[in-house]
Amino acid sequence: MSDFPTQAKVVVIGAGIVGNCVVGHLAELGWTDMVLIDKGPLPNPGGSTGHASNFIFPVDHNKEMALLGEQSANQYRDLGMSVDSGGIEVARTDERMDELNRRMTSAKAWGIEAHLLTPAQVKELVPFVNDEVIKGGFYCPTVSVVDSLETGTVMRNKALDKNALQVFANTEVLDVETSEANEHNGRRTVTAVVTDKGRIEAEHVVIASGVWSNKVANMADTYIPLVPAVHQMADVGPIDVLAETNNEIGYPIVRDMDTFCYERQSSGSMEVGSYGHRAILHHPDEIPSNEEAALSPTEMPFTQDDFDPQMETAIELMDMLGDAEIKYAINGLLSLTPDTMPCLGEVPDVENLWSAAAVWVKEGPGMGQVVAEWMTYGYPRVIDAHGADIARFYDDERSDEHIWSRADEHFIKTYGIVHPSEQWEGRRNLVTSPYFSRQEDLGAEFFQARSWERPQWYASNADLVERYDIPGRDNEWDARWWSPITVGEHLNLRENCGVVDLSAFQVYELTGPGAVEFAEYLAVNKVDKAIGSSTYTPWLNQDGGFHSDLTMMRLGEDHVRVVTGVFDGGRDEFWVRKHMPVDGSVKFTNSTMNVTTLGVWGPNAPTVLGQLTDFDLSHEGSPYGSVRDVEIATTDGPLACKLFRISYVGDSGWEIYTDWNNGPQLWDAVMEAGRDLGIRPTGGGVYGSSGRVEKGYRLMGAELESEYNPVEAGLARPKVKAADFIGKEAYLAARDKGPDAKMCTFIVEDQTSSSGVKRFMQGGNEPILTTEGERIIDSHGRGSRVTTASPGPSVGKHLLMGYLPPELAVIGNDFQVMYMNELYPIKVGAVEGSVFDPEDSRLKG
Amino acid sequence: MRILCCVKRVPAPGAKINVTEDGQQVETAHLGFTTSPHEECAVEEAVQLTEAQGGEVTVLTVGPPEAEEQLRYAASVGCQNIVLVPTDGTPLDPQRTATIITETVQSLESDGGEFDLILFGNESADSGGFQVGVRVAHALGRPIVNGIKGIDIEADQVIARREVDAGFEVYHLPRPAICGVKEGINLPRYPTMKGRLASKKVELESVDTDADAGGQLMVRLHRPQETAKETAILGDSEDAAGAIVDLLEELGVMS
Amino acid sequence: MTLLVLLDHDNGVMPEASREALTIGRQLADDMGGEMVAAVIGALDDGVIDDVAEEAQKFGAETVRHVNHDLLTDYGPDAWAECLRQLADDVDAEAVMAVGNDRGNEVMAFLAARLDQPFVANCTTVTDADDDEWSMTRLQWGGSLLEDATLSADLKLVSFGHHAVPAEPAAGAADADVEEFEPELDDSHTITMIKDRTVQTQGVTLSTAPVVVSGGRGVGSADAFAPLEELAELLGGRVGCSRAVTNNGWRPHSDQVGQTGTRIAPEIYIATGISGAIQHWVGAMASKKILAINTDPEANMVTKADYAVIADLHKVVPAISAEIRRRREG
Repeated sequence: MSDFPTQAKVVVIGAGIVGNCVVGHLAELGWTDMVLIDKGPLPNPGGSTGHASNFIFPVDHNKEMALLGEQSANQYRDLGMSVDSGGIEVARTDERMDELNRRMTSAKAWGIEAHLLTPAQVKELVPFVNDEVIKGGFYCPTVSVVDSLETGTVMRNKALDKNALQVFANTEVLDVETSEANEHNGRRTVTAVVTDKGRIEAEHVVIASGVWSNKVANMADTYIPLVPAVHQMADVGPIDVLAETNNEIGYPIVRDMDTFCYERQSSGSMEVGSYGHRAILHHPDEIPSNEEAALSPTEMPFTQDDFDPQMETAIELMDMLGDAEIKYAINGLLSLTPDTMPCLGEVPDVENLWSAAAVWVKEGPGMGQVVAEWMTYGYPRVIDAHGADIARFYDDERSDEHIWSRADEHFIKTYGIVHPSEQWEGRRNLVTSPYFSRQEDLGAEFFQARSWERPQWYASNADLVERYDIPGRDNEWDARWWSPITVGEHLNLRENCGVVDLSAFQVYELTGPGAVEFAEYLAVNKVDKAIGSSTYTPWLNQDGGFHSDLTMMRLGEDHVRVVTGVFDGGRDEFWVRKHMPVDGSVKFTNSTMNVTTLGVWGPNAPTVLGQLTDFDLSHEGSPYGSVRDVEIATTDGPLACKLFRISYVGDSGWEIYTDWNNGPQLWDAVMEAGRDLGIRPTGGGVYGSSGRVEKGYRLMGAELESEYNPVEAGLARPKVKAADFIGKEAYLAARDKGPDAKMCTFIVEDQTSSSGVKRFMQGGNEPILTTEGERIIDSHGRGSRVTTASPGPSVGKHLLMGYLPPELAVIGNDFQVMYMNELYPIKVGAVEGSVFDPEDSRLKG
Repeated sequence: MRILCCVKRVPAPGAKINVTEDGQQVETAHLGFTTSPHEECAVEEAVQLTEAQGGEVTVLTVGPPEAEEQLRYAASVGCQNIVLVPTDGTPLDPQRTATIITETVQSLESDGGEFDLILFGNESADSGGFQVGVRVAHALGRPIVNGIKGIDIEADQVIARREVDAGFEVYHLPRPAICGVKEGINLPRYPTMKGRLASKKVELESVDTDADAGGQLMVRLHRPQETAKETAILGDSEDAAGAIVDLLEELGVMS
Repeated sequence: MTLLVLLDHDNGVMPEASREALTIGRQLADDMGGEMVAAVIGALDDGVIDDVAEEAQKFGAETVRHVNHDLLTDYGPDAWAECLRQLADDVDAEAVMAVGNDRGNEVMAFLAARLDQPFVANCTTVTDADDDEWSMTRLQWGGSLLEDATLSADLKLVSFGHHAVPAEPAAGAADADVEEFEPELDDSHTITMIKDRTVQTQGVTLSTAPVVVSGGRGVGSADAFAPLEELAELLGGRVGCSRAVTNNGWRPHSDQVGQTGTRIAPEIYIATGISGAIQHWVGAMASKKILAINTDPEANMVTKADYAVIADLHKVVPAISAEIRRRREG
């Protein structure tokens, strides 16, 4: 045994599947001088890895989870640590059969073999299933069972073999030390890990502590928002038919989706696992130590009453389970986050403190690779991981109250059928705009964007449905979380004028002598322009992929304002702070809560605003992209505003910025001025979807991801600015090479399903296929899929956005889209441009 | 045949048992509960005896309402009747426990007839008083022997075997009899899922009885002083065999 | 002020437990400011009773009472308890104690039931023995926890935890007289008397073996105990095991060392592949020396052992046997 080190390049806390994979991947990427510690013994330190059911169902609707799951499954396979057992999700209801069709669609999107089975076919594969209680099954032959403990050992040994790692089991972390806040960016830097065996100074610290991760993060006075939650599991046996296979797993795993339960063979017995009980959440302090625990710390005492209903339904599906003995049963702990996604990447307020948490065995190796690449390259290369980026959370989302409430709400959805637009019930109205009470009065249907409430449509506009004769949607799934009013609002905006609440914009001020230079460093496009001008620009990561797309305004000699979307605020603020110059020449201020924004667009927008100001609103006085200080007349007197001429919906108009507290006056003045001009409050259904998609405008996190570059997204400008910026080298290379995919807008030519119902794709990664039904893969291995779907009311067609390989991206080319396991004909309507008003005549009008 | 098993709900600890700050209880915040191991075997023995010879098993516990969990567990492995004498969960002294059980047995017998056999565990896993069964037997005027690892029921007597160092002592107890059972008499079964579900339908009989405190009073619990032992590491491979045999010679056990 | 101490014996053979009882009894009697009377129950040959008396005297008994009766053909808890009851009366005992082994606790429980007096089992220390109310510390959880308790009774009945105190001869012990005592017994007292014995084990047993070689879950299977048996045989010892092993059906329960199995006290306990759960530890903790063989350096058994080898038991155990054979042959 080696002496306990006093310093190291990297300390990884936690030797479960994640910590082991992080050190393994770091070693492969050339890192040395690493220390891996765990408070428990090896190879099973007592965390969630030790009691995991260790199977991977590769199909997920979420791209990050699906691709990292597949990546992980392949890593397990390559190490010889997995067996393809196959797996079947069985349906007991018609709704679930629809969901299985949706799963077939996602399987196609990711290129995973899958089959829809009749009950009899399910019984053929798993003879002990009662086929009378099911309506069908979704069979995936590549469902695999892995050895996560052994994989952890192998990954750890990879690093040990390279002399890159020292391992210390039975070593408890007592503190994670950080520096004082840095003057230049307000962030602290991790400095050391204090353990019961000694203190290690470290350049990097990785928290891979599973259910204890938030507790460890708290030691560094920061957060990893997750909560330990119970997943019940009972091992029943012996069962002859299983024992006779003489195999760890001889039958496909069965997920009884409608009872939130699975049955997984483990040699001669069956593991019955449940996600169907009440959410049972624990504080990390309630988890016993290895010494105190009767089994392991994360195998907590079984609460039988919670499991009883599962037993009844399990016996219904497999009668043989009823007579088998319950040999072992636990309340196993796993990690839940407020939004169901993992917590990966650098902790926003502490430099070089990394989170590799809320990761389950099924995605462990892939996520380990993500974190290792993030540490190495500044951003993960294997896949865009913005959904798992720990920087995504706002403060409201990091509180225990929020984490517990959300975990409580979504636990039961683990095997649930979750609509892509599904809204949370609890923890609403965390942040509301200055117009909130007015919007409530107008019957706004609010959708929550992270912690912010935004109107999606207004019930007060119901008359527009009749006015424009807008049909409803016959299919309940398609109609869920949607209203024809949103189409009415769209058409009214195009005809008259719409007012959109944009208060959720995240607004940052960069000031100081280095502000402009720093702004240039962040942005692909030139920011150093005349005061009062703006730049819509990508921010790239070091590899030239998208980190963000946003707007930067030159407001003063030493003042640049950054305006970004609410979904990306956390990540973007982190990105700014991380890169701020150490000389202190730039000051960062988050003015989101001081500034409110109201968008006014439509042919009548200039007339509406013209009633409130004498300012020249023509394209001479207020050209596209300009930011002008203007006084707006209100009943309480003139209001100082900034008029930013821009549009995300393709119609002429402005974003009006004013002080948060003056929002209500601004709202009232604009609404009053537009009263006779057809003005209507207009929701996010138009702003974020139909208006945008008709114009082919891209959205970060949908069309724009780190896997794509501006050349592919059609956002490359003719020239490249002289100033240096993050990702420039890669960007130049991408320009030289040309795109490997092109952003397209598709028109759905016929939405009629086989049962004669008009269907509406939701934009949930539906695969875009050839007319022969084959997947389309570009030269980087990226499959074509729907990144956004929306009605195009002004073109009278349902629209889809997605990438195609350049040779296929030709207007008029025919393709198919799969939706709910059916194929629909689609045609390329635009490449890099828009299907509605491609000449942008309305913007100029 | 009617058999009664008396069981106790006890925590299921790991390698370290903590005590609450007031020293009155074991810290059970993250512990599950179980039936004291000897009693789990007593239940299994009762079930096996009635399975072989007919009859039914009643399980009795004196404990907090949560002890229903242990009664249901017994029902899930084949016991027909479950009886709880509810307490507030404060540990009772052995005399008081014995009196409560005696009175409850008398009450159960006046309703349902005499128990041919009453089984206790040899001692409880937690307080280990080694006497409740004996006191109950004495009060009921029935024979009892402890440490029993084998039971045969004959027409008019119970053959009970106690394991001692070199073998077994055999006792012949006239029926009705009582035994203090030791783990090892059998390997208790686990409940099946159907057994568990059926156990939920078994009616819980609640008997309210209490008795005066006896002369033994618990003041507080505490952990024994841990003598930090310096463990001498003799090696990290089979090469340590030499050092080990040196040690055996030194201890004089090699002759 | 008389303390009556029950001496366990099996047909005259006195176990270590009885010497412990005398050692503790001597102290307790001194604390009480009284004398210790040792009780030996059952028919014994003259020579045997003299040996027992000599031993009892060596460990501090002032008087040895040999309780005999025609009906005392063997051990029986009713009969023994009744004898003790009458003898306690006869010597006007203020307290009766025994060692807390199976028999000791059983007889004391029977005595307590007869007298309707409290009985405090498995004490480790008694303080305030000169007061009406005694204070004591006793074992809970097989010794994993201690309980401070008080005892108020006309006649104090206590047992002391087996192995709680090592047996030590008393300083300046005087000659002890053997006095016969014939209790009044009838058939009602012999109902619970041993009717028969079956001998299962010849030679050393788990609880008396000088060496116990034990295996836990880490052994892996029933067959994998063969090397442990070989080593135990070479050392004239016995194989033991943990509760996990008996629960898996790899070994009979009679091999189980632990709270619910056998309490052992060998010269050396070789624990292999045993993590040292509490229920096991309390059965093994009276061992004079403990050698743990385990791959986990932080296993409870390792940290509590005197000696440890951090390695795979499947390699180490055969190597020990080989080394022993090599030395014996060489």
